Amino acid sequence: MSETRYTDQHEWIRTDGGTATVGITKYAAEQLGDVVYVELPTPGKKLAAGGEAAVVESVKAASEVYTPASGEVTEANDALAAEPAKVNADPEGAGWFFKMKLANAAELSKLMTKDQYDKFVKGL
Amino acid sequence: MRYLPLTPDDRRAMLAKIGAGSIDDLFRDVPQSARNAKFPLPPHAGEIEVERTLTKLARENVAAGSEPFFCGAGAYRHHVPASVDHLIQRSEFLTSYTPYQPEVAQGTLQMLFEFQTQVALLTGMEVANASMYDGSTAAAEAVLMAQRITRRGRVVLSSALHPHYSETIRTLAELHGALVMPPVTPGRAEDLASLIDNQTACVVVQNPDVFGMLRDLKPIAEAAHAKGALLIAIVTEIVSLGLIEPPGATGADIVAAEGQSIGNGLNFGGPYVGLFATREKFIRQMPGRLAGETVDANGRRGYVLTLSTREQHIRREKATSNICTNSGLCALAFTIHLSLLGEEGLKRLARLNHARAVQLADRLCKVKGVQLVTAIFFNEFTLKLPKPAVEVVDALAGKGVIAGVRASRLYPHERSASDLLIVAATELNTDDDIAAYQTALAEVV
Repeated sequence: MSETRYTDQHEWIRTDGGTATVGITKYAAEQLGDVVYVELPTPGKKLAAGGEAAVVESVKAASEVYTPASGEVTEANDALAAEPAKVNADPEGAGWFFKMKLANAAELSKLMTKDQYDKFVKGL
Repeated sequence: MRYLPLTPDDRRAMLAKIGAGSIDDLFRDVPQSARNAKFPLPPHAGEIEVERTLTKLARENVAAGSEPFFCGAGAYRHHVPASVDHLIQRSEFLTSYTPYQPEVAQGTLQMLFEFQTQVALLTGMEVANASMYDGSTAAAEAVLMAQRITRRGRVVLSSALHPHYSETIRTLAELHGALVMPPVTPGRAEDLASLIDNQTACVVVQNPDVFGMLRDLKPIAEAAHAKGALLIAIVTEIVSLGLIEPPGATGADIVAAEGQSIGNGLNFGGPYVGLFATREKFIRQMPGRLAGETVDANGRRGYVLTLSTREQHIRREKATSNICTNSGLCALAFTIHLSLLGEEGLKRLARLNHARAVQLADRLCKVKGVQLVTAIFFNEFTLKLPKPAVEVVDALAGKGVIAGVRASRLYPHERSASDLLIVAATELNTDDDIAAYQTALAEVV
């Protein structure tokens, strides 16, 4: 069963069994503007929750993307290298950043649900 | 308008806020002995007296242009056409600073774009930036860049890399990993390959090296790449690229060079202009500004600063470089001079330099006891003298010949360097200069 959770740094994480997919939210993509480059972690890299995992660059800004949970990177979305605009077009779908094997699925319970995140964004 | 940044009340309030009793309290970390140092300076003097005194002092110097001059070792005396100075002194170039809305200054950006194009063509690389502070800081930035790309810290330095460059690299990059260097062997190949391991970020090799010897970078590039390390090629005499294979063709991943030789005088050691070029795949890790060519909404050609997200005004502490200075005016002089020379002109200039150096080496080696250490060279070579080089240099200076840079100045701790003299010849050295050197050297050794 898949479930999507959100961080206050505007990343989303979708779990499917032991693996999870991570990306940035629609709100983050809109704030950044046209994404021109994404630097992704290499598979095999071990990440600790809240640590830097990727960098996303738009025309006038560059931001770090933090991993919502701990674990090991299993796959990076290499399609973003040729087509970074996917991040703007479909941030929570084809614009995903990387997949990871979770070290501790319980970490996700600390993150926001969709309703909580939507409220959080409204308050910004 | 009066400009009064702080009143005594402001100062008192600020000091009270941070708990300091007086301004002097802020300098408590400076040892007492270094505070209020007394300098033995003469009393205040009028303009006429100052000018007289300083003119007298200045006369004790020998200007590079006033005597036969053969110093190189990273700074070269070449002819700079009067048109270069005339053009760079136009106020649009001379007094304008990097505009904070850079696209307003299309002329500046176009000039930087042309400069980058020239540097990329000269070095045989795919991309070049809009210049760096000088050759040695460009070299250190190249090492930092290689450490970022490879995520490794260890750095292998050729021992024939100019020691000022090694020191700059040590200052800026040593925190990220160990620097290793083989023994100094002037004029002979060194074993760099065995020092490269799979923790090595890069190998840094200068060509022609500090002793003037030409190196074959290909085997070093292969050895580096086999271990996943990068090759950084350093060029201190950029005119050499008019004659020798560009580093890009020999497997270099980053080229850091000093551009002073083209368009710029010796300038007492600075300002100089750092050249920096790399492969396109590494462009996002490259330091420095980058001008790009584009079209505006009406399809007209225009220039912009691009990939600015690497830079510190956007990226802050994660920027690819925190040396903000480039050398715009020196880069402009470089670009104007190189444009005047053209491709053929540069080749001719390089051939002329080499021919002068060969003639000089042949003549000096006729002097008894003098040997050539560097068998293959461009416009600079190293001689082994039958006496300590420091004595020979001083004696020749007394005879009006500035003989070169003794190796012991650059390698003060290498005993084997004491009888070595690094000698450069350029298009400015005449037959008379060369004859004067030979005659004076024969009298001295």
